Amino acid sequence: MDKSVFKSDHIELRHVLYMTGKTLSAIGFVEIIAVITSLLYKEWSMAFNLMIGTGLFFVVSFIFIFIGRDTKEQRFSWGAGMSMVGLTWALGGLISAIPPYLSGHFASYLDAFFEVMSGYTTTGLVLIQDLDHAPMGLNMWRHLITYIGGQGMVLMTLSFLASGMRGLLKVYMGEARDEQIFPNVIHTARIIWFVSLLYLVLGTTALTINGVLIGLPLDMAFFRGLWMFLGGWDTAGFAPQSQNAMYFHSTSYEIISMMIMLLGTINFALHYFILSGNYKEGIRNAEIKSLFVTITSLSILGIIALKAIYSTPMVAFRKVFYHFVSAHTGTGFATLYSQQFFYEWSDAAIILIVIAMLAGGSVCSTAGGIKALRIAILANALVNDIKKMIRPDSAVVVEKFHHLKEVALQDRHVRNASIIVLLYIVTFSIGTLAGTFYGYPLKQAMFESASALGNVGLSSGITQPSMPDGLKVIYIFMMWVGRLEFMSVIALFAFLFKEAKEG
Amino acid sequence: MMRKSWIVLVIILIGFLIKLLQDTAFAKPIDSNTLINNAFKYDGKVVEFQGEAIGEIMKRGDFAWVNVHDGQNAIGIFMRYEDAKKIKYLGRYRVKGDIVYVKGIFNRACKEHGGDLDIHAKQVEIVKRGYKMYERVDKARAVFGIGIFLIGSFLMWIVFRNKW
Repeated sequence: MDKSVFKSDHIELRHVLYMTGKTLSAIGFVEIIAVITSLLYKEWSMAFNLMIGTGLFFVVSFIFIFIGRDTKEQRFSWGAGMSMVGLTWALGGLISAIPPYLSGHFASYLDAFFEVMSGYTTTGLVLIQDLDHAPMGLNMWRHLITYIGGQGMVLMTLSFLASGMRGLLKVYMGEARDEQIFPNVIHTARIIWFVSLLYLVLGTTALTINGVLIGLPLDMAFFRGLWMFLGGWDTAGFAPQSQNAMYFHSTSYEIISMMIMLLGTINFALHYFILSGNYKEGIRNAEIKSLFVTITSLSILGIIALKAIYSTPMVAFRKVFYHFVSAHTGTGFATLYSQQFFYEWSDAAIILIVIAMLAGGSVCSTAGGIKALRIAILANALVNDIKKMIRPDSAVVVEKFHHLKEVALQDRHVRNASIIVLLYIVTFSIGTLAGTFYGYPLKQAMFESASALGNVGLSSGITQPSMPDGLKVIYIFMMWVGRLEFMSVIALFAFLFKEAKEG
Repeated sequence: MMRKSWIVLVIILIGFLIKLLQDTAFAKPIDSNTLINNAFKYDGKVVEFQGEAIGEIMKRGDFAWVNVHDGQNAIGIFMRYEDAKKIKYLGRYRVKGDIVYVKGIFNRACKEHGGDLDIHAKQVEIVKRGYKMYERVDKARAVFGIGIFLIGSFLMWIVFRNKW
């Protein structure tokens, strides 16, 4: 039997390697932007570190592509697609962490890997040391990683390198994207890039102008603006300075970054609808309604819970509303020190922000978390069940929700949403338990667990280079499964098990 | 009458001294972790803080923001622009910023600045001038970096040429 022919029930390793190689090569090409940045600023050491990373991406990709070169025309199975996504994210993280580690800004390779996975998963928890003295090239690479992760590593490949491949819907969905804008996956991927690049120009311009107005020199206003845009749009929360968003001490900068966070958490399909002139969709969409209700209600409750320490409306806006938006959108921009959450915020406020972190943004966006659409589906299902209870047995109740089109609520919608919510709650509980096992107070352990799993990046002080390595590994795993919404990771392990069993 | 006046004067002096002692109770260089972790305790008090000026001076009218890092955290210092102009070097890659001594009022959640934890400086001094650092390049790493980059690029060219 020809090796290139796939058995219908067999996941072909060489095809997975081929696609993984393609994706890793694309990441290598993006890393060249960071190399150029370092060369422009004559940061020779960092430029060589980044060249090592790029070179490794190319060499590893070549090996994988060479092994699977005759599998290009084959169609992906669901298992292969999901496995390829899981493998790409793991290998991409391992290679991407080499230049940051070589830069000397991380205590260990594990710390560098943690930071990179935090970037790819758009989480934003950081272990970098002496960030304020970091080279421009390193900062560029950190933020490009968030952009790649936010768009989806595989999506990048689909857009530019995968024109002849079949069955790509599986890998597209493996990156936790539940819906297509167009029937053609590559067309959908390119639209996502178009929307992102449009906002990249608009957002960076707005932040650069604002940066100059608040006293930054033009070049740093541009770079800080670009990086803050990437951190906000990709809901990653990385910033080029240790104080995160507080560095700027500016209301206007915070308002613009808040708008970018909110735009980043909206479904790409919805962006496309609105940019195409279908403004009504923005009002009718179930996800937008769900996001509006949860962000508003949690923020109001948060303001009430913290009114004793943030007394004026402006202070409440900048310290409570800002952080609830940051948490709910899964961004992690902060204008507070991590210790302030622990020492100043009440237990009620911590519980509310943990809920916001777990709730997350939209499906098919750069945000993590349970997602607004699933919350809307479960809320609709609850209403539907109540209606059934109070109406006569003979009455037929059909619940609908509007998401890009009118959708009749079916059991499969509720089941899918329930499974993901259940997996999130179980994983969150395990993460919290792990934190308490390592001796951290429950409040802190809950906060950090929700932040890692929801891909948020706010910290209550646990995440720092001195935290136990075991906890770093647990949080890396939580960030990974949180971003890929479990299925790709489960498929990867099933795939590896099957391959090992079959020899 | 004279005696009563003396008593009143002494009481006023004692009160003034107590107030002065309260205001300056924390008047010695304090580290940022202590300030942040005990923000309620130090809120509104005069503190002394010292660290490296980093990033950029952000001018706001007659005042400016300078972020000062003491090795633990950076804290925003709101100071007169005249004082900020004393700073010559600001910490960034390959630059060690000036070490700045600040005496001012610590705010846990500054009402004037949207709730930021900051220090409003009354006195700013340059303790130690910063300097530029020169980068030492590891030659073996440079050769390896350029080598693997060129090899990798060549391999990618093979992939594109063969349309794999």
